[in-house]
Amino acid sequence: MNASGLMSRLKNGLWFENPGLVQLLGLCPLLAVTSTFVNGLGLGIATLLVLLMSNTLVSATRRWILSEIRIPIYVLIIASLVTCIELIFEAFFPDLDRSLGIFIPLIVTNCAIVARAELFASRNAIGPSIIDGLAMGTGFALLLMAIGAFRELVGSGTLFSGIDMLIGGEATRGLVITDGGWLLAILPPGAFFSLALAIAAKNAIDRRQRKKSRDAMPRRPRALTK
Amino acid sequence: MSGRPVMRGGITLAAIAAICTAMVALTFRLTEERIIANEQAWLERSLEPALSGLFYDSGVTESKIVVPPPHELPGSEAAIIYRVYAEDSPVAALFVVTARNGYAGPIRVLIGVDVAGTVTGVHVLEHRETPGLGDRVETAKSDWVVQFDGRSLVDPEMPGWAIKRDGGQFDQLTGASVTPRAIINAIRDTLVYFESQGEGIFAIPVATESDEGGNE
Repeated sequence: MNASGLMSRLKNGLWFENPGLVQLLGLCPLLAVTSTFVNGLGLGIATLLVLLMSNTLVSATRRWILSEIRIPIYVLIIASLVTCIELIFEAFFPDLDRSLGIFIPLIVTNCAIVARAELFASRNAIGPSIIDGLAMGTGFALLLMAIGAFRELVGSGTLFSGIDMLIGGEATRGLVITDGGWLLAILPPGAFFSLALAIAAKNAIDRRQRKKSRDAMPRRPRALTK
Repeated sequence: MSGRPVMRGGITLAAIAAICTAMVALTFRLTEERIIANEQAWLERSLEPALSGLFYDSGVTESKIVVPPPHELPGSEAAIIYRVYAEDSPVAALFVVTARNGYAGPIRVLIGVDVAGTVTGVHVLEHRETPGLGDRVETAKSDWVVQFDGRSLVDPEMPGWAIKRDGGQFDQLTGASVTPRAIINAIRDTLVYFESQGEGIFAIPVATESDEGGNE
Protein backbone atom coordinates (compact mmCIF):
# COMPACT_ATOMS: atom_id res chain seq x y z
CA MET A 1 0.00 0.00 0.00
CA ASN A 2 1.43 3.36 -0.93
CA ALA A 3 1.39 6.52 1.10
CA SER A 4 -1.56 8.10 -0.69
CA GLY A 5 -3.62 4.94 -0.18
CA LEU A 6 -2.83 5.09 3.51
CA MET A 7 -3.79 8.74 3.70
CA SER A 8 -7.07 8.15 1.96
CA ARG A 9 -7.88 5.21 4.33
CA LEU A 10 -7.20 7.46 7.29
CA LYS A 11 -9.21 10.33 5.85
CA ASN A 12 -12.12 7.99 5.12
CA GLY A 13 -12.23 6.65 8.65
CA LEU A 14 -11.83 9.99 10.35
CA TRP A 15 -14.03 12.06 8.10
CA PHE A 16 -15.53 11.00 4.76
CA GLU A 17 -16.85 7.61 5.95
CA ASN A 18 -16.84 8.24 9.69
CA PRO A 19 -18.87 5.36 11.20
CA GLY A 20 -20.89 7.65 13.46
CA LEU A 21 -21.18 10.83 11.41
CA VAL A 22 -21.68 9.44 7.93
CA GLN A 23 -22.55 5.77 8.13
CA LEU A 24 -24.62 6.37 11.30
CA LEU A 25 -23.54 3.01 12.70
CA GLY A 26 -23.19 2.18 16.38
CA LEU A 27 -25.62 4.90 17.40
CA CYS A 28 -26.94 3.07 20.46
CA PRO A 29 -23.69 3.32 22.48
CA LEU A 30 -22.91 6.65 20.87
CA LEU A 31 -26.11 8.19 22.16
CA ALA A 32 -26.21 6.36 25.48
CA VAL A 33 -22.77 6.87 27.03
CA THR A 34 -21.78 10.30 25.80
CA SER A 35 -23.06 12.19 28.83
CA THR A 36 -19.46 12.98 29.80
CA PHE A 37 -16.18 13.29 27.94
CA VAL A 38 -14.53 10.54 29.97
CA ASN A 39 -17.33 8.06 29.26
CA GLY A 40 -17.06 8.85 25.56
CA LEU A 41 -13.30 8.41 25.67
CA GLY A 42 -13.57 5.11 27.56
CA LEU A 43 -16.07 3.55 25.20
CA GLY A 44 -14.18 5.04 22.26
CA ILE A 45 -10.96 3.32 23.30
CA ALA A 46 -12.74 0.01 23.91
CA THR A 47 -14.46 0.15 20.51
CA LEU A 48 -11.23 1.14 18.77
CA LEU A 49 -9.36 -1.83 20.28
CA VAL A 50 -12.10 -4.28 19.34
CA LEU A 51 -12.34 -2.91 15.80
CA LEU A 52 -8.59 -3.01 15.32
CA MET A 53 -8.27 -6.59 16.52
CA SER A 54 -11.37 -7.88 14.76
CA ASN A 55 -10.20 -6.40 11.46
CA THR A 56 -6.80 -8.03 11.98
CA LEU A 57 -8.22 -11.46 12.82
CA VAL A 58 -10.86 -11.43 10.10
CA SER A 59 -8.30 -10.41 7.51
CA ALA A 60 -5.80 -13.01 8.72
CA THR A 61 -8.32 -15.84 8.50
CA ARG A 62 -10.13 -14.69 5.36
CA ARG A 63 -8.61 -17.42 3.12
CA TRP A 64 -10.03 -20.26 5.21
CA ILE A 65 -13.49 -18.93 5.82
CA LEU A 66 -16.30 -20.12 3.56
CA SER A 67 -18.60 -17.30 2.68
CA GLU A 68 -21.63 -19.28 3.97
CA ILE A 69 -20.39 -19.25 7.54
CA ARG A 70 -18.61 -15.92 7.60
CA ILE A 71 -21.17 -14.07 9.69
CA PRO A 72 -21.20 -16.57 12.61
CA ILE A 73 -17.41 -16.50 12.54
CA TYR A 74 -17.32 -12.69 12.67
CA VAL A 75 -19.75 -12.73 15.57
CA LEU A 76 -17.64 -15.33 17.36
CA ILE A 77 -14.44 -13.36 16.89
CA ILE A 78 -16.00 -10.04 17.88
CA ALA A 79 -17.76 -11.48 20.93
CA SER A 80 -14.54 -13.08 22.21
CA LEU A 81 -12.59 -9.87 21.70
CA VAL A 82 -15.21 -7.84 23.53
CA THR A 83 -15.16 -10.29 26.44
CA CYS A 84 -11.37 -9.95 26.66
CA ILE A 85 -11.57 -6.16 26.53
CA GLU A 86 -14.21 -6.15 29.22
CA LEU A 87 -12.06 -8.30 31.51
CA ILE A 88 -9.10 -6.01 30.90
CA PHE A 89 -11.16 -2.90 31.67
CA GLU A 90 -12.52 -4.55 34.82
CA ALA A 91 -8.98 -5.34 35.92
CA PHE A 92 -7.30 -2.04 35.09
CA PHE A 93 -10.04 0.62 34.94
CA PRO A 94 -12.65 -0.77 37.35
CA ASP A 95 -14.39 2.58 37.93
CA LEU A 96 -14.65 3.35 34.26
CA ASP A 97 -15.97 -0.15 33.66
CA ARG A 98 -18.62 0.43 36.32
CA SER A 99 -19.55 3.75 34.79
CA LEU A 100 -19.90 2.35 31.25
CA GLY A 101 -21.77 -0.68 32.59
CA ILE A 102 -23.60 -2.72 30.00
CA PHE A 103 -22.25 -0.70 27.08
CA ILE A 104 -18.90 -2.48 27.07
CA PRO A 105 -20.45 -5.94 26.51
CA LEU A 106 -22.82 -4.31 24.03
CA ILE A 107 -19.90 -3.42 21.75
CA VAL A 108 -20.60 -6.88 20.31
CA THR A 109 -23.75 -5.49 18.76
CA ASN A 110 -22.07 -2.38 17.36
CA CYS A 111 -22.75 -2.89 13.67
CA ALA A 112 -19.84 -0.64 12.73
CA ILE A 113 -17.55 -3.52 13.68
CA VAL A 114 -19.33 -6.25 11.68
CA ALA A 115 -19.62 -3.78 8.81
CA ARG A 116 -15.85 -3.26 8.66
CA ALA A 117 -15.24 -7.02 8.89
CA GLU A 118 -17.66 -7.69 6.06
CA LEU A 119 -16.93 -4.71 3.81
CA PHE A 120 -13.21 -4.33 4.28
CA ALA A 121 -11.23 -6.85 6.31
CA SER A 122 -12.65 -9.92 4.56
CA ARG A 123 -11.51 -8.53 1.19
CA ASN A 124 -8.17 -6.93 1.98
CA ALA A 125 -4.74 -7.91 3.22
CA ILE A 126 -3.77 -7.54 6.87
CA GLY A 127 -1.88 -4.25 6.49
CA PRO A 128 -4.71 -2.21 4.98
CA SER A 129 -7.21 -3.91 7.32
CA ILE A 130 -5.25 -2.79 10.37
CA ILE A 131 -5.10 0.76 9.00
CA ASP A 132 -8.81 0.65 8.27
CA GLY A 133 -9.62 -0.57 11.79
CA LEU A 134 -7.42 2.11 13.27
CA ALA A 135 -8.92 4.86 11.13
CA MET A 136 -12.55 3.85 11.61
CA GLY A 137 -12.07 3.21 15.33
CA THR A 138 -10.35 6.54 15.85
CA GLY A 139 -13.05 8.31 13.86
CA PHE A 140 -15.71 6.76 16.06
CA ALA A 141 -13.78 7.46 19.27
CA LEU A 142 -13.19 11.10 18.34
CA LEU A 143 -16.89 11.56 17.66
CA LEU A 144 -17.78 9.99 21.03
CA MET A 145 -15.32 12.32 22.74
CA ALA A 146 -16.57 15.39 20.91
CA ILE A 147 -20.22 14.68 21.70
CA GLY A 148 -19.32 13.73 25.28
CA ALA A 149 -17.39 16.95 25.80
CA PHE A 150 -20.18 19.04 24.28
CA ARG A 151 -22.96 17.43 26.31
CA GLU A 152 -20.95 17.59 29.53
CA LEU A 153 -20.06 21.22 28.99
CA VAL A 154 -23.59 22.30 28.15
CA GLY A 155 -25.41 19.95 30.48
CA SER A 156 -23.29 19.97 33.63
CA GLY A 157 -20.95 22.90 33.08
CA THR A 158 -17.88 20.72 33.60
CA LEU A 159 -15.23 19.08 31.46
CA PHE A 160 -13.20 15.92 32.11
CA SER A 161 -15.18 14.98 35.21
CA GLY A 162 -14.24 11.48 36.34
CA ILE A 163 -10.89 11.56 34.55
CA ASP A 164 -9.53 9.81 37.65
CA MET A 165 -11.28 6.66 36.40
CA LEU A 166 -8.74 6.54 33.57
CA ILE A 167 -5.57 7.98 35.00
CA GLY A 168 -6.04 7.28 38.70
CA GLY A 169 -5.88 9.73 41.58
CA GLU A 170 -8.59 11.42 43.57
CA ALA A 171 -12.17 11.35 42.36
CA THR A 172 -12.78 14.65 40.62
CA ARG A 173 -15.54 16.65 39.02
CA GLY A 174 -13.02 17.86 36.46
CA LEU A 175 -12.84 21.45 35.35
CA VAL A 176 -15.88 23.17 36.77
CA ILE A 177 -16.75 25.94 34.34
CA THR A 178 -20.21 26.86 35.55
CA ASP A 179 -22.19 25.35 38.37
CA GLY A 180 -24.92 23.31 36.73
CA GLY A 181 -25.96 23.67 33.14
CA TRP A 182 -28.71 23.16 30.67
CA LEU A 183 -29.98 19.82 31.91
CA LEU A 184 -31.51 18.75 28.61
CA ALA A 185 -28.08 18.17 27.13
CA ILE A 186 -27.28 15.24 29.42
CA LEU A 187 -30.74 13.69 29.11
CA PRO A 188 -31.39 11.31 26.18
CA PRO A 189 -32.90 13.96 23.86
CA GLY A 190 -29.70 15.97 24.28
CA ALA A 191 -27.80 13.07 22.75
CA PHE A 192 -29.90 13.23 19.60
CA PHE A 193 -29.62 17.01 19.38
CA SER A 194 -25.86 16.85 19.81
CA LEU A 195 -25.44 14.20 17.13
CA ALA A 196 -27.66 16.20 14.78
CA LEU A 197 -25.54 19.30 15.39
CA ALA A 198 -22.36 17.32 14.74
CA ILE A 199 -23.71 15.95 11.45
CA ALA A 200 -24.94 19.38 10.41
CA ALA A 201 -21.55 20.87 11.21
CA LYS A 202 -19.80 18.22 9.14
CA ASN A 203 -22.09 18.82 6.18
CA ALA A 204 -21.57 22.56 6.42
CA ILE A 205 -17.80 22.17 6.47
CA ASP A 206 -17.92 19.79 3.49
CA ARG A 207 -20.06 22.22 1.52
CA ARG A 208 -17.70 25.08 2.22
CA GLN A 209 -14.75 22.95 1.13
CA ARG A 210 -16.49 22.03 -2.12
CA LYS A 211 -17.37 25.62 -2.82
CA LYS A 212 -13.83 26.73 -2.13
CA SER A 213 -12.33 24.17 -4.47
CA ARG A 214 -14.85 25.18 -7.15
CA ASP A 215 -13.96 28.84 -6.71
CA ALA A 216 -10.29 28.03 -6.82
CA MET A 217 -10.57 26.46 -10.25
CA PRO A 218 -9.20 28.68 -12.99
CA ARG A 219 -12.02 30.48 -14.75
CA ARG A 220 -12.47 30.31 -18.41
CA PRO A 221 -11.96 33.60 -20.11
CA ARG A 222 -15.29 35.23 -20.71
CA ALA A 223 -16.54 35.20 -24.23
CA LEU A 224 -16.56 38.63 -25.69
CA THR A 225 -20.12 39.17 -26.69
CA LYS A 226 -20.25 42.88 -26.61
CA MET B 1 -21.75 -33.52 -3.25
CA SER B 2 -22.73 -30.99 -0.65
CA GLY B 3 -21.17 -32.97 2.19
CA ARG B 4 -17.69 -31.63 1.80
CA PRO B 5 -18.24 -27.86 2.16
CA VAL B 6 -20.50 -28.52 5.17
CA MET B 7 -17.76 -30.62 6.73
CA ARG B 8 -15.14 -28.02 5.97
CA GLY B 9 -17.32 -25.23 7.30
CA GLY B 10 -17.95 -27.16 10.49
CA ILE B 11 -14.29 -27.79 11.07
CA THR B 12 -13.37 -24.14 10.45
CA LEU B 13 -16.07 -22.99 12.82
CA ALA B 14 -14.94 -25.45 15.49
CA ALA B 15 -11.29 -24.44 15.10
CA ILE B 16 -12.07 -20.73 15.36
CA ALA B 17 -14.37 -21.35 18.32
CA ALA B 18 -11.53 -23.22 20.06
CA ILE B 19 -9.05 -20.40 19.39
CA CYS B 20 -11.50 -17.75 20.61
CA THR B 21 -12.29 -19.74 23.76
CA ALA B 22 -8.58 -20.12 24.48
CA MET B 23 -8.12 -16.37 24.04
CA VAL B 24 -10.95 -15.57 26.49
CA ALA B 25 -9.74 -18.21 28.97
CA LEU B 26 -6.22 -16.80 28.91
CA THR B 27 -7.41 -13.23 29.44
CA PHE B 28 -9.62 -14.42 32.28
CA ARG B 29 -6.70 -16.18 33.95
CA LEU B 30 -4.49 -13.12 33.63
CA THR B 31 -7.05 -10.66 34.98
CA GLU B 32 -8.89 -12.78 37.56
CA GLU B 33 -6.78 -11.88 40.56
CA ARG B 34 -6.84 -8.15 39.83
CA ILE B 35 -10.59 -8.16 39.30
CA ILE B 36 -11.26 -9.85 42.65
CA ALA B 37 -8.89 -7.44 44.40
CA ASN B 38 -10.62 -4.50 42.71
CA GLU B 39 -14.05 -5.62 43.86
CA GLN B 40 -12.88 -6.00 47.46
CA ALA B 41 -11.15 -2.62 47.35
CA TRP B 42 -14.24 -1.02 45.85
CA LEU B 43 -16.43 -2.43 48.61
CA GLU B 44 -14.08 -1.22 51.35
CA ARG B 45 -13.80 2.16 49.67
CA SER B 46 -17.55 2.52 49.25
CA LEU B 47 -17.98 2.07 53.01
CA GLU B 48 -15.49 4.79 53.92
CA PRO B 49 -17.71 7.85 53.31
CA ALA B 50 -20.06 6.65 56.05
CA LEU B 51 -17.23 6.51 58.59
CA SER B 52 -15.67 9.93 58.26
CA GLY B 53 -13.74 11.05 61.32
CA LEU B 54 -13.85 7.70 63.10
CA PHE B 55 -10.95 5.50 64.10
CA TYR B 56 -11.66 1.85 63.45
CA ASP B 57 -10.04 -1.52 62.89
CA SER B 58 -9.52 -2.59 59.29
CA GLY B 59 -11.49 -5.46 57.79
CA VAL B 60 -14.92 -3.88 58.21
CA THR B 61 -16.32 -6.08 55.44
CA GLU B 62 -15.58 -9.21 57.47
CA SER B 63 -18.21 -8.32 60.07
CA LYS B 64 -21.04 -8.42 57.57
CA ILE B 65 -24.49 -9.69 58.47
CA VAL B 66 -27.35 -10.02 56.05
CA VAL B 67 -30.82 -9.33 57.40
CA PRO B 68 -33.34 -11.14 55.22
CA PRO B 69 -36.84 -9.70 54.80
CA PRO B 70 -39.15 -9.22 56.56
CA HIS B 71 -37.28 -6.79 58.78
CA GLU B 72 -37.96 -3.38 60.25
CA LEU B 73 -35.27 -1.67 58.22
CA PRO B 74 -36.27 0.37 55.17
CA GLY B 75 -36.97 -1.56 52.00
CA SER B 76 -38.34 -5.00 51.29
CA GLU B 77 -35.03 -6.46 50.11
CA ALA B 78 -32.37 -7.99 52.31
CA ALA B 79 -30.47 -5.34 54.26
CA ILE B 80 -26.79 -5.59 55.07
CA ILE B 81 -25.13 -4.53 58.28
CA TYR B 82 -21.38 -4.15 58.82
CA ARG B 83 -20.20 -3.79 62.39
CA VAL B 84 -17.30 -1.44 62.95
CA TYR B 85 -14.95 -1.93 65.86
CA ALA B 86 -11.98 -0.08 67.30
CA GLU B 87 -9.67 -2.32 69.28
CA ASP B 88 -12.48 -4.89 69.42
CA SER B 89 -15.07 -2.68 71.04
CA PRO B 90 -18.06 -1.58 68.95
CA VAL B 91 -17.85 1.90 67.42
CA ALA B 92 -20.50 2.08 64.76
CA ALA B 93 -22.72 0.08 62.46
CA LEU B 94 -23.07 0.52 58.73
CA PHE B 95 -26.41 -0.21 57.12
CA VAL B 96 -26.97 -0.87 53.45
CA VAL B 97 -30.70 -0.40 53.02
CA THR B 98 -33.15 0.28 50.23
CA ALA B 99 -35.02 3.57 50.26
CA ARG B 100 -38.36 2.95 48.61
CA ASN B 101 -40.44 5.53 46.76
CA GLY B 102 -37.57 7.14 44.95
CA TYR B 103 -38.58 9.02 41.81
CA ALA B 104 -37.39 6.18 39.59
CA GLY B 105 -37.30 3.00 41.62
CA PRO B 106 -35.48 1.97 44.77
CA ILE B 107 -32.36 3.77 45.99
CA ARG B 108 -29.62 1.80 47.71
CA VAL B 109 -28.21 3.85 50.57
CA LEU B 110 -25.30 3.31 52.93
CA ILE B 111 -25.92 4.78 56.38
CA GLY B 112 -23.39 4.86 59.19
CA VAL B 113 -24.60 5.13 62.79
CA ASP B 114 -22.28 5.28 65.79
CA VAL B 115 -22.98 3.53 69.10
CA ALA B 116 -24.65 6.64 70.48
CA GLY B 117 -27.16 6.60 67.61
CA THR B 118 -25.63 9.54 65.73
CA VAL B 119 -25.32 9.49 61.95
CA THR B 120 -21.66 9.24 60.90
CA GLY B 121 -22.26 9.50 57.20
CA VAL B 122 -24.71 8.82 54.38
CA HIS B 123 -23.73 7.68 50.91
CA VAL B 124 -25.99 6.77 48.01
CA LEU B 125 -24.72 3.57 46.41
CA GLU B 126 -27.18 2.95 43.62
CA HIS B 127 -30.09 4.85 42.12
CA ARG B 128 -31.89 5.66 38.90
CA GLU B 129 -32.93 9.21 39.70
CA THR B 130 -33.04 11.91 37.03
CA PRO B 131 -29.60 13.19 36.03
CA GLY B 132 -29.15 16.79 37.12
CA LEU B 133 -32.09 16.73 39.55
CA GLY B 134 -32.44 13.77 41.90
CA ASP B 135 -28.94 12.53 41.27
CA ARG B 136 -27.52 15.35 43.37
CA VAL B 137 -27.95 13.03 46.34
CA GLU B 138 -24.73 11.43 45.08
CA THR B 139 -21.70 12.50 47.04
CA ALA B 140 -19.82 13.09 43.80
CA LYS B 141 -22.43 15.54 42.50
CA SER B 142 -23.26 17.70 45.51
CA ASP B 143 -22.83 17.72 49.27
CA TRP B 144 -26.52 17.41 50.04
CA VAL B 145 -25.98 14.27 52.13
CA VAL B 146 -23.49 16.03 54.41
CA GLN B 147 -26.33 17.71 56.33
CA PHE B 148 -27.13 14.38 58.01
CA ASP B 149 -23.72 13.98 59.62
CA GLY B 150 -23.99 14.25 63.39
CA ARG B 151 -27.79 14.13 63.40
CA SER B 152 -29.77 11.67 65.51
CA LEU B 153 -33.32 10.93 66.61
CA VAL B 154 -33.14 13.77 69.16
CA ASP B 155 -31.57 16.19 66.68
CA PRO B 156 -34.07 16.92 65.27
CA GLU B 157 -36.99 15.36 67.13
CA MET B 158 -39.29 13.14 65.12
CA PRO B 159 -41.43 15.62 63.14
CA GLY B 160 -38.24 17.36 62.04
CA TRP B 161 -37.11 14.36 59.97
CA ALA B 162 -38.53 15.71 56.72
CA ILE B 163 -37.63 18.25 54.09
CA LYS B 164 -38.36 21.91 54.84
CA ARG B 165 -41.23 21.98 52.37
CA ASP B 166 -42.95 19.31 54.48
CA GLY B 167 -42.26 21.21 57.69
CA GLY B 168 -39.05 19.42 58.53
CA GLN B 169 -35.49 20.54 59.14
CA PHE B 170 -33.63 19.30 56.09
CA ASP B 171 -32.86 21.00 52.80
CA GLN B 172 -34.56 19.72 49.71
CA LEU B 173 -32.98 19.75 46.27
CA THR B 174 -34.19 22.31 43.76
CA GLY B 175 -36.54 20.55 41.39
CA ALA B 176 -36.48 17.30 43.31
CA SER B 177 -38.33 16.58 46.51
CA VAL B 178 -39.30 12.94 46.00
CA THR B 179 -35.72 11.68 46.16
CA PRO B 180 -34.77 13.61 49.34
CA ARG B 181 -38.01 12.50 51.01
CA ALA B 182 -37.22 8.85 50.28
CA ILE B 183 -33.70 9.13 51.65
CA ILE B 184 -34.67 11.06 54.78
CA ASN B 185 -37.28 8.43 55.59
CA ALA B 186 -34.73 5.67 55.09
CA ILE B 187 -32.26 7.35 57.46
CA ARG B 188 -34.92 7.96 60.08
CA ASP B 189 -36.17 4.36 59.92
CA THR B 190 -32.64 3.05 60.18
CA LEU B 191 -32.03 5.15 63.29
CA VAL B 192 -35.25 3.86 64.82
CA TYR B 193 -34.19 0.29 64.06
CA PHE B 194 -30.75 0.86 65.55
CA GLU B 195 -32.26 2.30 68.71
CA SER B 196 -34.66 -0.65 69.06
CA GLN B 197 -31.84 -3.20 68.63
CA GLY B 198 -29.30 -1.44 70.79
CA GLU B 199 -26.05 -3.26 71.45
CA GLY B 200 -27.68 -6.46 70.21
CA ILE B 201 -26.53 -5.68 66.67
CA PHE B 202 -22.94 -6.23 67.70
CA ALA B 203 -23.71 -9.61 69.25
CA ILE B 204 -25.08 -11.28 66.11
CA PRO B 205 -22.59 -13.77 64.64
CA VAL B 206 -21.21 -13.15 61.15
CA ALA B 207 -23.43 -14.42 58.35
CA THR B 208 -22.59 -17.55 56.41
CA GLU B 209 -21.86 -16.95 52.75
CA SER B 210 -24.82 -19.05 51.61
CA ASP B 211 -27.55 -16.60 52.54
CA GLU B 212 -25.91 -13.69 50.83
CA GLY B 213 -28.18 -11.88 48.45
CA GLY B 214 -29.44 -8.57 47.25
CA ASN B 215 -26.05 -6.94 47.67
CA GLU B 216 -24.50 -4.63 45.08
